Amino acid sequence: MILVNSVLTGAVLTGLPTATPSTFETPDVNWAALSPMLIVMGAGLIGMLFEAFLPRGRRHSAQVILAAAGIVVAFVALVVLAVDNRTVTMGGSVVIDGMSLFLIGALLLFGLLGVLTFAEKFGDDRPDAFTPMGASVPGSSYEAAVARAGLATSEVFPLALISLSGMMMFVSAGDLITMFVALEVLSLPLYVLVGLARRRRLLSQEASLKYFLLGAFASAFFLFGAALLYGYAGTTDLAGIAAAIGSPPPGMEPLLIPAILLVLVGLLFKVGAVPFHSWTPDAYQGAPTPVTGFMAAATKAAAFGAMLRFLYVGVESARWDYRYGVAAIAVLTMVVGAVVSVSQTDVKRLLAYSSVAHAGFILVGVLAFSTLGLRGVLFYALAYGLTTIAAFAVVSTVRQNDSEATNLSQWAGLGQRHPVVAGTFAFLLLAFTGIPLTSGFTAKFAAFAPAVESGTLGTVLVVIGVLASAVTAFVYVRIIVLMYFSDTPTDGVTVAEASPLTTAAIAVGTAATLILGVIPGPVLELAERASELLR
Amino acid sequence: MSLVNYIYLSAILFTIGGATVLLRRNAIIVFMGVELMLNAANLAFVTFARMHGSLEGQVIALFVMVVAAAEVVVGLAIIIMIFRSRRSASIDNVNLLKA
Repeated sequence: MILVNSVLTGAVLTGLPTATPSTFETPDVNWAALSPMLIVMGAGLIGMLFEAFLPRGRRHSAQVILAAAGIVVAFVALVVLAVDNRTVTMGGSVVIDGMSLFLIGALLLFGLLGVLTFAEKFGDDRPDAFTPMGASVPGSSYEAAVARAGLATSEVFPLALISLSGMMMFVSAGDLITMFVALEVLSLPLYVLVGLARRRRLLSQEASLKYFLLGAFASAFFLFGAALLYGYAGTTDLAGIAAAIGSPPPGMEPLLIPAILLVLVGLLFKVGAVPFHSWTPDAYQGAPTPVTGFMAAATKAAAFGAMLRFLYVGVESARWDYRYGVAAIAVLTMVVGAVVSVSQTDVKRLLAYSSVAHAGFILVGVLAFSTLGLRGVLFYALAYGLTTIAAFAVVSTVRQNDSEATNLSQWAGLGQRHPVVAGTFAFLLLAFTGIPLTSGFTAKFAAFAPAVESGTLGTVLVVIGVLASAVTAFVYVRIIVLMYFSDTPTDGVTVAEASPLTTAAIAVGTAATLILGVIPGPVLELAERASELLR
Repeated sequence: MSLVNYIYLSAILFTIGGATVLLRRNAIIVFMGVELMLNAANLAFVTFARMHGSLEGQVIALFVMVVAAAEVVVGLAIIIMIFRSRRSASIDNVNLLKA
């Protein structure tokens, strides 16, 4: 530290005269490349205007149509405009390259399926999953009055759109400060969405508080790490940081490793890696089930996108200094996620621990540090997200006494009464396990194969990953056995008549799980072509 | 005075903020700890901007202030929601969700 001290004081004396740049250069903005993000964000802002000016009765359908249309138009813009404009734009802040295009496409798909599940009414006159008034105290007369008055929280759609635009910005952020702003834009609406469940509202509010406090804590770590990296490199630009690692600035070397670790804490929190996973089970269980599906799929894809860019573009050349630390976290994540899921009795909580384990599997692919590893991570994020949204949509249809039957004991014998729903869920669980002919197998193979090629560390990680998969297989097969071979079906557990919206989301997710398992070629090839990072 | 002292100060503030988050029980105080951590990062940004002779760090500090303000809006709303439901803002009382 004494070295830092003396050299930093030296830097002050020499550095000052350049403090004010003489001319201001306007950054070049490539609007075509940015169009998907801008469309989604614009749709979110228009949705807020709808909330203010449309009569109450027409808000729900207008918001659903606007959100779905916004996402579809953004996807069209992505395919037509952005694909041909792979570029570094906004003065290096936004990078539209293969990886961000692929992940933006995946996120838009998750967003569309998410909006479909958000809109489910189950024959009621308002969205089934969301409270009529988030501000009312649970169980109060005010809550009853707003329910009678027919209020509904249709603002969940603009919130989801704004969160989605933040995610799209997160995967394409080219400097740490854009990444930080995107992190907050994606997180803040999610904190609110988590707290808006219609039933079991105390649980939902509690989940919201925990997610918020821990999320804010983690983003503070990210920001301080970004500050230290700025001190190290003199810029927050990821390419600039990579250049600075190549020729280390004198006296600043001790800042590098703590800075990388602090930034990684923020990113690993978002993917739910152990030991930064403690929010995952609570937030997943307490949140309205459609929100859980959306955030499980989309947040994971977005956070792994940002992590890939940070690790592969920014600090790749320092990887020998931190890879054992990240590898240890990957091992912990896989083992804890798999082992703790064995003892779970709540379906949503069980899927949360499963998502923790999956975060570990994806980390194994990240640590391969190769183009094939990048391809594996992209494919895994897409396959896992589609399966997850469908799984949570199925969970939202299984009911007892007009409330979701999330306790595992309530799922006993479901296969005898509702073979289609139970069969779909069993298939999705097999995909989580990684059984061949499901997308889970292809994804695990795509993520693990490059890790084996990367060396001894990767091989060790893959062995642990396969063992952890075996443990999770026990968990999932136990549920399947419970659904099909349990003699005592619980009374009163029904499957709600789902509207075409939820049915479509489940169908798309399940079909994608099957197709990506049987004929993964085209999508793997797409992910391969997307495995390039602009610097 | 050497500029590096400001870096030490920001590290100390960051640590105090982190300790506040981990040790205090009132959700509002916990949240204040997070804000202290964000502002510690701001101090580091501004100091490094001065050291490097670039304006970038100072601009970033402004961005962080805006983001922190947005975070306060959402955070206080959530904490008030919890307080009205439970008549308490203690984070020890929110223990319904358990394994």
